[in-house]
Amino acid sequence: MSTDFYADPADTSDGKVFTVSGQDWGDIASGLGEGDAAERVVVNMGPQHPSTHGVLRLILEIEGETVTEARCGIGYLHTGIEKNMEYRTWTQGVTFCTRMDYLSPFYNEMTYVLGVERLLDIEDDIPEKAQVMRVLLMELNRISSHLVCIATGGMEIGALTVMTIGFRERELVLDLFELITGLRMNHAFIRPGGVAQDMPPGALDQIRDFVALMKKRLPEYAALCNANPIFKARLENVGHLDLEGCMALGLTGPVLRSTGYGFDLRKAQPYCGYETYDFDVQTWDTADSYGRFRVRLNEMWESLRIIEQAADRLAKLEGAPVMVADKKVAWPSQLSIGSDGMGNSLDHIRHIMGESMEALIHHFKLVTEGFRVPAGQAYVPVESPRGELGAHVVSDGGTRPFRAHFRDPSFNNLQAMGVMSEGGQIADVIVAIASIDPVMGGVDR
Amino acid sequence: MSDDKPAGPAKAVEQPATEQSPENAPEALGEPGVEVRAVGERQGMFGVKGSGDTSGYGGLVAPVVLPGAAQRPYGGWFDTVADKLDPLVEQVVIHRGEITFHVHRDHLVAAMRLIRDDPALRFEFLSGVNGVHYPGDAGRELHAVYHLASFTWNRRIRVETSAPDSDPHIPSMVPIYPAADWHERETWDMFGLQFDGHPALTRILMPDDWPGHPQRKDYPLGGIPVEYKGATVPPPDQRRSYN
Repeated sequence: MSTDFYADPADTSDGKVFTVSGQDWGDIASGLGEGDAAERVVVNMGPQHPSTHGVLRLILEIEGETVTEARCGIGYLHTGIEKNMEYRTWTQGVTFCTRMDYLSPFYNEMTYVLGVERLLDIEDDIPEKAQVMRVLLMELNRISSHLVCIATGGMEIGALTVMTIGFRERELVLDLFELITGLRMNHAFIRPGGVAQDMPPGALDQIRDFVALMKKRLPEYAALCNANPIFKARLENVGHLDLEGCMALGLTGPVLRSTGYGFDLRKAQPYCGYETYDFDVQTWDTADSYGRFRVRLNEMWESLRIIEQAADRLAKLEGAPVMVADKKVAWPSQLSIGSDGMGNSLDHIRHIMGESMEALIHHFKLVTEGFRVPAGQAYVPVESPRGELGAHVVSDGGTRPFRAHFRDPSFNNLQAMGVMSEGGQIADVIVAIASIDPVMGGVDR
Repeated sequence: MSDDKPAGPAKAVEQPATEQSPENAPEALGEPGVEVRAVGERQGMFGVKGSGDTSGYGGLVAPVVLPGAAQRPYGGWFDTVADKLDPLVEQVVIHRGEITFHVHRDHLVAAMRLIRDDPALRFEFLSGVNGVHYPGDAGRELHAVYHLASFTWNRRIRVETSAPDSDPHIPSMVPIYPAADWHERETWDMFGLQFDGHPALTRILMPDDWPGHPQRKDYPLGGIPVEYKGATVPPPDQRRSYN
């Protein structure tokens, strides 16, 4: 056992402990001696390993290069968002939950907001433009999220070009987010009752430019990867999980669709008017990492189709309201672009500070106290890029969530890591996890 | 209070929401045959604590009542599912188009097996388990809520069971739905609900040696006051609230 300045031997009395600090493999091999311990090597991969997708810790029992048992250690990114939401108003909750799965913030907001709107019983009162904007943002978000999945997945198997072009295109989506919501991430844009503000001028043109560009760029991914023998050799038949496995372990999203079963909540239980859009559910029939890659690639094409339709609808909805008409729910404040960037609308400030005492009281009440949500519970799942994302929203009739729990698809899907990687090589564990596409912010919340 | 009248829908929220839904109305408390349980109480008109309520409504005490039991017929496929589950269910609640079956924990395993295996039910997909802590629901403080989906029939139901704080045991669903594994570990971690029969009920999000169960209502949020430009902002759980 070496004495390492940086890594003290762990405090355990259970078996032998080796602190590996490099160039000491000989000591360890001789220290193992004979018997059970010599054949059983348990390796911790992570939580700070570059290819485990954030702070995911893998506990692998290996025999040579073969993984015999694999377990996950999670919780390194637990931030207590759900607990914190119980101490904020219903509207402020959006600001918290958008930070959970940081690659698909709009979906976190959406499922929570749909739950709140169902409890408020205002589902049918949401303006059409707000719904179209939600769909538009969610589908843009699906593209950016899938791009990160493909990019990081490529990087982890050494396909660095896939990573660089993936992040290049994602940046374009984030620019659109910045244009529409003011922020690249953590938008808190979808609010109970609608969305925070209207489309800015010129946004539709930029969205159309983006769609046109993506139609040129997406074939690059296909040309680079689809038939690439190295790419296929690394991905095909790796991380296999068939339909029965998916159902038993509750897997949804691209993993489920890669088994050939076309379950998509946007089709099965539509929300936000998805039933009125023309798109297809993408499936693959190999139930492996390669199939999941192809599903994601095809889904980006479908998202582009939906974005085009949403943009056409928005062009006809200029000036339409984006927030529910009920003033007891709708956020009173408005944002506008000033000389120093986005901030409170000066017209609104003038109105409440100079013109109407009642407007000031109304603003103050709604912003500090918030609105009350009838007691009850709701669960409205949405199809996030990773699968079924649902918020179980419980109200006791107060101005704050009594409990908000997020069923995050990454959290659930990571359970399949063991089944997907046991019996395979260590290098395949990385591929299998990349094909699940877990985002630890969502897993640990 | 509002400067201009709500322009739009007829169902604008006119009153405190607790009084809005008919099923929430306090008179249901006296109705025979319908069990309505208060899970807490709300004091005052505005929920302000720790400072004087000068509105004159400071003495107001209203029970917090969750939506009550639904009466037959429930409508649509709700009846099909309810017929099958009838002997195992304590109460059926339909609220906002979602159906909740309250099942006693003694019947939970049987109910879940039926829910998964019966050809007319076939809820083959368990979304997850979530705990809710109702400190005011005497004898049933800890609730476990299961969301299930049937891909065959494209239906969704919610199954809710409860355990008292003094005996926080609920049978594990892992043998029936392996997907429940991590969700039950999370619920144990956050609420201290013990799922009997779970293969390895250990903490999952909090560190192994963490004391307490953070999502329980009696567990403080924590936080420190923050000084900003000479003023001190108290931590979120000590700020004035209107709940």
